[in-house]
Amino acid sequence: MNRFALALIAAWALVSVAQAKVIAVNPGPDAQEAIQIALLDAKPGDMVQLAPGRYDLTDGLSLDINDVTVKGAGTEATVLSFKGQKGAGEGLLITSDRVTVRDLAVEDSRGDGIKSKGADEISFINLRVEWTGGPNEKNGAYGVYPVASTNVLIDRVTVKGASDAGIYVGQSKNIIVKNSRAEFNVAGIEIENSINADVFDNVATHNAGGILVFDLPNLPQMGGNSTRLFRNQTVDNDTPNFAPKGNIVASVPTGTGIMIMANRNIHVFDNTISGNQTAGVMVVSYNQPFTDKNYNPLPRDIVVRDNRIGKNGWDPKFDGGSMIAKQLGGSLPPVLWDGIVRFEGLPDVAQVRFSDGPVLNLNLPAPGQVDKAKPTIAKSVGDAKIAEPAAVVLPKRQADLAL
Amino acid sequence: MRRWLAGLAALICLGASTLRPGVALEALLANTPAPRLSDYHLFTDAAGRQPNAGLSPYGLNSPLFTDHAVKSRFVFLPPGKAAVYTKVGVLDFPVGAVLVKTFAYPADMRRPNEAVRSIETRLLIRKADGWVAQTYRWNDHQTDAVLKRAGGRAEVSFIDQTGQTRRIDYAIPNQNQCKECHQLDETVTPIGPKARNLNGVFAYGEGQENQLAHWVRKGLLSGAPPLHEVPRTARWDDVSAPLNDRARAYLDANCAHCHNPRAAASNSGLFLTLEENRSPALGFGKQPVAAGRGAGDLKVGIDPGHPERSILAYRMASTEPGVMMPELGRTVLDQEGLDLIRQWIGQMKRP
Repeated sequence: MNRFALALIAAWALVSVAQAKVIAVNPGPDAQEAIQIALLDAKPGDMVQLAPGRYDLTDGLSLDINDVTVKGAGTEATVLSFKGQKGAGEGLLITSDRVTVRDLAVEDSRGDGIKSKGADEISFINLRVEWTGGPNEKNGAYGVYPVASTNVLIDRVTVKGASDAGIYVGQSKNIIVKNSRAEFNVAGIEIENSINADVFDNVATHNAGGILVFDLPNLPQMGGNSTRLFRNQTVDNDTPNFAPKGNIVASVPTGTGIMIMANRNIHVFDNTISGNQTAGVMVVSYNQPFTDKNYNPLPRDIVVRDNRIGKNGWDPKFDGGSMIAKQLGGSLPPVLWDGIVRFEGLPDVAQVRFSDGPVLNLNLPAPGQVDKAKPTIAKSVGDAKIAEPAAVVLPKRQADLAL
Repeated sequence: MRRWLAGLAALICLGASTLRPGVALEALLANTPAPRLSDYHLFTDAAGRQPNAGLSPYGLNSPLFTDHAVKSRFVFLPPGKAAVYTKVGVLDFPVGAVLVKTFAYPADMRRPNEAVRSIETRLLIRKADGWVAQTYRWNDHQTDAVLKRAGGRAEVSFIDQTGQTRRIDYAIPNQNQCKECHQLDETVTPIGPKARNLNGVFAYGEGQENQLAHWVRKGLLSGAPPLHEVPRTARWDDVSAPLNDRARAYLDANCAHCHNPRAAASNSGLFLTLEENRSPALGFGKQPVAAGRGAGDLKVGIDPGHPERSILAYRMASTEPGVMMPELGRTVLDQEGLDLIRQWIGQMKRP
């Protein structure tokens, strides 16, 4: 590119910043059209500002313009209610880059709450997404749902009542989830088929499972890896799993603090983990049949260290769990691993370092064969030196939003 | 007297040409969409039934189901321009091409040409930098349609083929929703006019003719091979066609615009294009990923021999947002389409 073109772009950028405007929207009987028109009229740099009040929406909303901020007046002040929603798979859908949604609430969407698909630099800040009737399998699946997105920031978000995961990041890259709260969902926070995620300073409580890190087959992005879970509280996850049965989260036993399924290079440290009746930390293989040759069902390079672990595992809710607990004197140790280190046809040998003992190794011969468990308990399991991934760094403009 | 008559004749001619302007290509290609459909002069009557010069009607072997709406489709090509044949995907249309589709309901489906009420006319306009989608909502008097960017609802009622009165809360898509379906990678694109879906007979005013042959003959299409070399999408409702072809054609038309590795549902890993042949991608033994309650307690997309255990059929059978598929474009069941897919899954060999 020549210097002239660069100058031209710089000039254009200046002009577009100078012209950035605020599009104000007020609640009222035509809220659906008013918000949607604002989301269509916005130009890069603009802010769509939703005044305090309740907006009764009848259809999904969507945004497909880059560099737009959608801002309310606070998570109790600006409420987008989708109770009367008649169509679309989510409340708000974002398909453009460098979008921030902040300071508002989304209630009772029929499908997912807020979804971003294929978005770069997507930020969810100070939001509440809630199904107001409490846990119910008829609630939408995900509260905040970035998928196939890059540079994802979720900060100060509260999600309640999701019938799958409250905060769900799928098939994405470079992710920070922090200062957020997930309660009364099936899964509190879930990182799935994603690469480079830092999940810290969050509270996951009264879900069926607190924090999950999964990798699943037959998806465009597989090989999830490099996630750090730290300084979280995953406590008292005691809501009976209410997910529809076919979903992978339906297999999360009620009362699981942290669950890692497949995936690679996951570091769990400095968390508070207590009050979870099945397990504090559960590390297992994907146990369903699959044909995808590029998929590895084993959790590999997993570190669990230096967590504050309270009472967990007193009434495990997975098949065969109570039997094993009985053998072990009534309850399970806080860290549970299925013990599978090799999978037929794959070269890797799974390495682990579980130093927050005692650790229960089920020594399963193959994924899911709990009936063939040969449980052993050790103070710690594995001493592999597994380098921790570097901290996730977001683009500066985006990182500054969290200040 | 003579001069006066001549003057009158000139005036009448002028009047005629003012009354019957050609398609307003400039308005179509302008940056800002026109506020009214009539601004484009795509039709010669206020009700939008009589196409202007340059518009040709067409149909698809297997179309998308849209709440039983009757669709009339036209393609407009600027004078002297032709679409270029492509074997896979939509034809390559020239700048200035417009695809015009009106969604309408007759009062009684058994008399489809009487008392027809148009609801919306959707335009896909091929501009210099790509396709743009707009929709225009018809007024109650059916005298014009106005630009509707934010979408909306229209109450529709009609008598169906069995004599029952049906009421539909018809959904007009917003501009982004148009894009959700009409997008491959980052680009807006038509869905219907693929060579294989156009490869069928259409009842033109002058008689029946294969559409591709007609387009070639009229100079609307260039580069097409002999007809027998053009692939053909089955008609989903043609009971004489093989069941598998009909079902795959139905899925291609109703699902594959999103369930496509390059489109909105790429993250699902469920791909339903006619070209797809990997069985997990088609849903065989494929577990739900982000379906939520859309999975309906079922374990796989397609369980051969068991439509009642197949998520695909379950979601087609729902009208609940968050469960129903497609997510956009329908509010009621396509019972015949569902029956076809159930029959297709039902006759598959159980493993």
